[in-house]
Amino acid sequence: MEAYAYAAPTSIAEVTALLHEHANDGRSAQILAGGTDVLVQMRSTRRAPRTIVDIKRLEETNRLEVNADQIYIGSAVPSARMQENAELKALLPGLLEAADLIGSTQVQGRATVCGNLCNASPAGDSIPALIAAGAVCDIATQNGSREMAVEDFVVGVGRNALSDGEFLLGVKLPRPGAGTKDAYLRFTPRTEMDIAVAGVGVSITLQDGVCSAARVAIGAVATTALLVPDAAKALIGGALDDAALQTAGEACQAAAQPISDKRGSAAYRKKIVAVLCRRAVQVAGKRALEQ
Amino acid sequence: MSKLHITTKINDEAREYLCEPNQSMLDVLRDELGLTGTKEGCGTGDCGACSILVNGRLVCACLMLGAEAQDASIETIEGVAGDAGLHPLQSKFLEHAALQCGICTPGFIMASKALLEKHPNPDESTIRYWLAGNLCRCTGYDKIVRAVQDAAAEMSHPA
Repeated sequence: MEAYAYAAPTSIAEVTALLHEHANDGRSAQILAGGTDVLVQMRSTRRAPRTIVDIKRLEETNRLEVNADQIYIGSAVPSARMQENAELKALLPGLLEAADLIGSTQVQGRATVCGNLCNASPAGDSIPALIAAGAVCDIATQNGSREMAVEDFVVGVGRNALSDGEFLLGVKLPRPGAGTKDAYLRFTPRTEMDIAVAGVGVSITLQDGVCSAARVAIGAVATTALLVPDAAKALIGGALDDAALQTAGEACQAAAQPISDKRGSAAYRKKIVAVLCRRAVQVAGKRALEQ
Repeated sequence: MSKLHITTKINDEAREYLCEPNQSMLDVLRDELGLTGTKEGCGTGDCGACSILVNGRLVCACLMLGAEAQDASIETIEGVAGDAGLHPLQSKFLEHAALQCGICTPGFIMASKALLEKHPNPDESTIRYWLAGNLCRCTGYDKIVRAVQDAAAEMSHPA
């Protein structure tokens, strides 16, 4: 077995330098934040990293900021810390629900939404919610940083768009304005400690009862979470009536390319992704009206 | 491979130890420090038997590296009972027979302690959701829930 090393740098430059050095030498390095996926994978030898790079000592990765026009969630911020931020919870209830669905209280104490994103599981609950909320990845590179929409970040099962030497610093989200609210619903056979059979994240903007903007994303029904522009199109311009909900659900169904496994058949997943879409739109729409 | 020298605080006591870079906090507690009250169940963060508090947050010691404890403050089951005797949670677990084989108990006590620090008067559903990451194959959970409720009552209105 490869030998391990552990590093806990305190600056972005140190992290990217370490990652580059390892890439150039053909050695592997593994970023560690919450570790709830990485350490399990390490133990099962799915990953045998040479150097573990703990990014929790960086000031930047610990940022959790709710500003006038932007929200920033650093890659070392555990879900439990997000849940304790009342302003964040009021602004993005859907994203917070999605993050809260992941694992136990113990896992919540460590797991991060950025880790959920990097781990790139098709069923990662926070990913459709991040896409719906319009989140953008803030990626640290050796030459500064670059940004990428969350829907482009996950490129396959367990694969993300980070190149050698790069790591995810955090996600930026536009601060939802008046009339904008999100929701995330998933289906699991059990109420706790389970993995989504299908999930739908929705963000709805209502102006005088009319939907002026919408984003709909689906999870666990394709190799990656997907933004479904046709579902949003069906909703925009109307008052979220039954016909619009029906069309949006059908658009999700059409976009889904699920597999059959022990959690559900492909046909079943296609059916419930439409149901979840309709319900999530109703929840987000109700929230947008109430605020 | 060189070991790492870690300085940390465990149950309010300054501790230092050497650990391998890939050694879990659980293995450090049990094998390096002799704190065997923290149990290993699954080793993958599913069962909660190794629950500890790190800087006040409930985590699974198997899902943390020993190296990450540098400068942290850690609480384990060994620190729960005070000079005055058992913690109310420990007494109530005994009183309600909320344990049989006992392997899950340290984890349940740590998780319940974290719960009561955050929600001093939790309702049953809050308790059940909070403890969903702690598995017990003996009790059927009901006695555990009653013990936590009773401990909460006693802690908010000491006799």
